[in-house]
Amino acid sequence: MDEGLRSELSKQGVFTTTLQELYNWGRRSSVWPLNFGLACCAIEMIAASMSRWDIARFGAEVFRPSPRQADLMIVAGTVTKKMAPMVVRLYNQMPEPKYVIAMGACAISGGPFKQGYNVLKGIDRYLPVDLHIPGCPPKPEALLHGIMKLQEKIAAQPLTGDGRPRHLQADAPAEFPVPAYGPYDLTPAKNETLWRPAALERQNAA
Amino acid sequence: METLEQIAARIAAAVPGVAASVETNPAVRAQSSLVVGRDHALAVARFLRDEPGLQFDYCSNVTGVDWLDATLKEKVRVKRVVDGAEQEFEETVERRRPGYLEAAYHLYSMALRHGPLILRQRTANRVEDTRLASLTPIWRSAEFQEREAFDLFGIVFTGHPDLRRILMWDGFADFPMRKDYVEPDDYEYEPTPHDAVLEKARRHYPVEGAA
Repeated sequence: MDEGLRSELSKQGVFTTTLQELYNWGRRSSVWPLNFGLACCAIEMIAASMSRWDIARFGAEVFRPSPRQADLMIVAGTVTKKMAPMVVRLYNQMPEPKYVIAMGACAISGGPFKQGYNVLKGIDRYLPVDLHIPGCPPKPEALLHGIMKLQEKIAAQPLTGDGRPRHLQADAPAEFPVPAYGPYDLTPAKNETLWRPAALERQNAA
Repeated sequence: METLEQIAARIAAAVPGVAASVETNPAVRAQSSLVVGRDHALAVARFLRDEPGLQFDYCSNVTGVDWLDATLKEKVRVKRVVDGAEQEFEETVERRRPGYLEAAYHLYSMALRHGPLILRQRTANRVEDTRLASLTPIWRSAEFQEREAFDLFGIVFTGHPDLRRILMWDGFADFPMRKDYVEPDDYEYEPTPHDAVLEKARRHYPVEGAA
């Protein structure tokens, strides 16, 4: 619909919209997070939910204790290799549409523990991460900014054609394989269909 | 609190057949400790807890230490006859010390408000015989920490009620806190590697390391 016509109609007291806008408005306005935290980032997440920062302004204050009722997984903290299968299983148990925020350096890349023996080098090896929030830990403002960005992302999704959300794609995977414990690392070490890092070009290779 | 020597003497008097030696710490803090053999550790621990003058009723910390095989250098004074006259010389003697694993317990008394007393047990060696006596029957707070020492150092505590790995998963192959632990090469790119990570980066990219 033409924006000028729409603006003119609204001045006359006629509200027009599209099904897509209405649908996305409903989806983005009550993104309920899953109530779980893994490390110190969770403390900032809790602070964001309290009265000072008040995540309720974005319709996301209802932290659900069950994955069956949650729309958003905030991976807040260090994902150890021992914990990673449980995180993936929780994600699989969430109903579509669902989103993942990797909050903080550890959830993004392993952070200061990246080269250690017991920490996963980023949750995006196993889960389709929608949004990365850098910081160690990120401030509650950063989390709120992340939720606003996620709302923008949801609002911009078309319901048909390319770029439609995953729950409207019939052939998109409904769940992701849960890694198993190996003698040193998780097997497989990453989900190849999800995790495709850019190839590293070495400048001084002989 | 009494000195460690006094406590060691009391242990020798009270628990028959037990020798608890005092390991002095030459550092400034001089936190010396009591070393007991694993066969007598349980009896010594029970004595330390139940003796009215000591009453170490709180075990705050249990940890492991890995001592590799080492060559210790000691200076000794030797008397030698040179040109008919006896003279003193200082000589350096090298001594091989086989490696061992060690469990250290930090004990306090809540009742008498003293501590810490550091109690140590040592295994026979690092590879085959890594058994020590569990002190969980004496101090319940040692249970999880002994499991941690088992998990990361491979010290087997006999008499422990539930000796499983606690931080790593069951089926993990190695003991990561041992000094000779070699982790698999799973290095990933970092923009500014330094120190130990730089070493890993050099091993991972041998071409760049040579350049």
